[in-house]
Amino acid sequence: MGLELYLDLVSQPCRAVYIFAKKNGIPFELRPVDIFRGQLVSKDFSQINNLCKVPALKDGDFILSESTAILIYLSSKYPTADHWYPSNLQARARIHEYLGWHADCVRGTFGVPLWTQVLAPLIGVHLPEEKVQRNRAAMDRALQELEDKFLRDQAFLTGQHVTLADLMALEELIQPVAVGFDLFEGRPKLTAWRERLEAFLGMDLCQETHGLILNILEQAANKKIPDPAPEVYPYMLLRISRIP
Amino acid sequence: MRQRGLLPCALLPAINVLCVLCLSPASFSPTSEQNLEGQEIFRDDTAESHHHSKEYIEINPLKKLPSLKDGKFILSESVAILFYLCRKYSTPSHWYPPDLHTRARVDEFMAWQHTAIQLPMSRILWIKMLIPRITGEEVPAEKTEQMLTEVRTNMQLFEEKFLQDKMFITGDHISLADLVALVEMMQPMGGNYNVFLNSSRLAEWRMRVELAIGSGLFWEAHDRLMKLAEWDCSTLDPMVKEKICVLLQKFR
Repeated sequence: MGLELYLDLVSQPCRAVYIFAKKNGIPFELRPVDIFRGQLVSKDFSQINNLCKVPALKDGDFILSESTAILIYLSSKYPTADHWYPSNLQARARIHEYLGWHADCVRGTFGVPLWTQVLAPLIGVHLPEEKVQRNRAAMDRALQELEDKFLRDQAFLTGQHVTLADLMALEELIQPVAVGFDLFEGRPKLTAWRERLEAFLGMDLCQETHGLILNILEQAANKKIPDPAPEVYPYMLLRISRIP
Repeated sequence: MRQRGLLPCALLPAINVLCVLCLSPASFSPTSEQNLEGQEIFRDDTAESHHHSKEYIEINPLKKLPSLKDGKFILSESVAILFYLCRKYSTPSHWYPPDLHTRARVDEFMAWQHTAIQLPMSRILWIKMLIPRITGEEVPAEKTEQMLTEVRTNMQLFEEKFLQDKMFITGDHISLADLVALVEMMQPMGGNYNVFLNSSRLAEWRMRVELAIGSGLFWEAHDRLMKLAEWDCSTLDPMVKEKICVLLQKFR
């Protein structure tokens, strides 16, 4: 059995891993995991990853979670261009610097609009307007920092070349866009970065990766999103309770 | 070449209240001292708002700690700094092992710990000590209990998934993962809350890490944290105090 990637393309870090593997021609078996049908918390999956999270990688007997770790593993193990995770000390440090900030200020923040508008209502939870506004403000601040501290006048987030950092950022920023919050509007610098990045990745690959999430509102409207399995409720409620 | 490690700087900084991690325990990470023999390390013991000063903002526009300046190269984010130091100063390989799988385990832990360890541990310090001390008000018991439950759950996950029956996270030797894990888990001690009481396996690991670092260095690095209870918060800038009161609202 070769490399297996356990992914649900609704999830931002899953998409980053998917795009990276595909763009670099890394051979893998896709193991789709449907979060809302409760597959994450199933017995089968918890044998793969007892943290019950996606993305997850299985390479023979070696199992790995956390998108950052998976991306670094793939870029180290397979022949990928150096620019993704450069061997140069300072260039690599910049990626880790971005990823540290990303973990605090992007992850957990940009996923909230999907929760507010689509996922929480599936289990009858409606977030107070105060929280929605607080999240908007947090996203605005993060986007400003993204432009001022990271992007600045560079082509990409950590320099002149695409890196793992750009993939992680793009997939998070797409999430609110999918539910109608166009955070690229009024931000020409960020828009240019996105266009450059998507051109580099290729529109076909982007459409393939983003197709599911960008259709999410339509699916919700047509009642095509399955009701979450009962065993998923506690996880959903916990996630919702963490929204500041 | 001068290295500026801003170690336990401003335990109670003029805070970036939107980042609960401002009491970055990474500021206590001793690795930068252990391996930088012959390098000058600047320690800043002065007033709380130092890292919002003009001088510091030139170093790090994000106004966050820790921060590294190596010639013209400026770097923030504790994990990035630790990786940089390991490589630049060719520290013993056990800190960040070169083997693909072992390194991936360290990377996995470093990623997981942001939300699973760092954030909740920092929150305990805020909830149990800093917020009551500064605002005079307690955080609602329900929220406190929720936070403590999350911490207990994550400590269990840490034990089952990362530590297991090994001496250290990667096996027989200490690595950056153990260092980061422990300094984060020490945070609540500043508020007199000890997360190691429930598991002898974790308590043993804690001691092992302390000994591997060297008890003297370990406690020197944690000195500011352990003295937090003695801090006279009447000297706190009123604007900062106001921001902390706003922070309290988030816990309601």
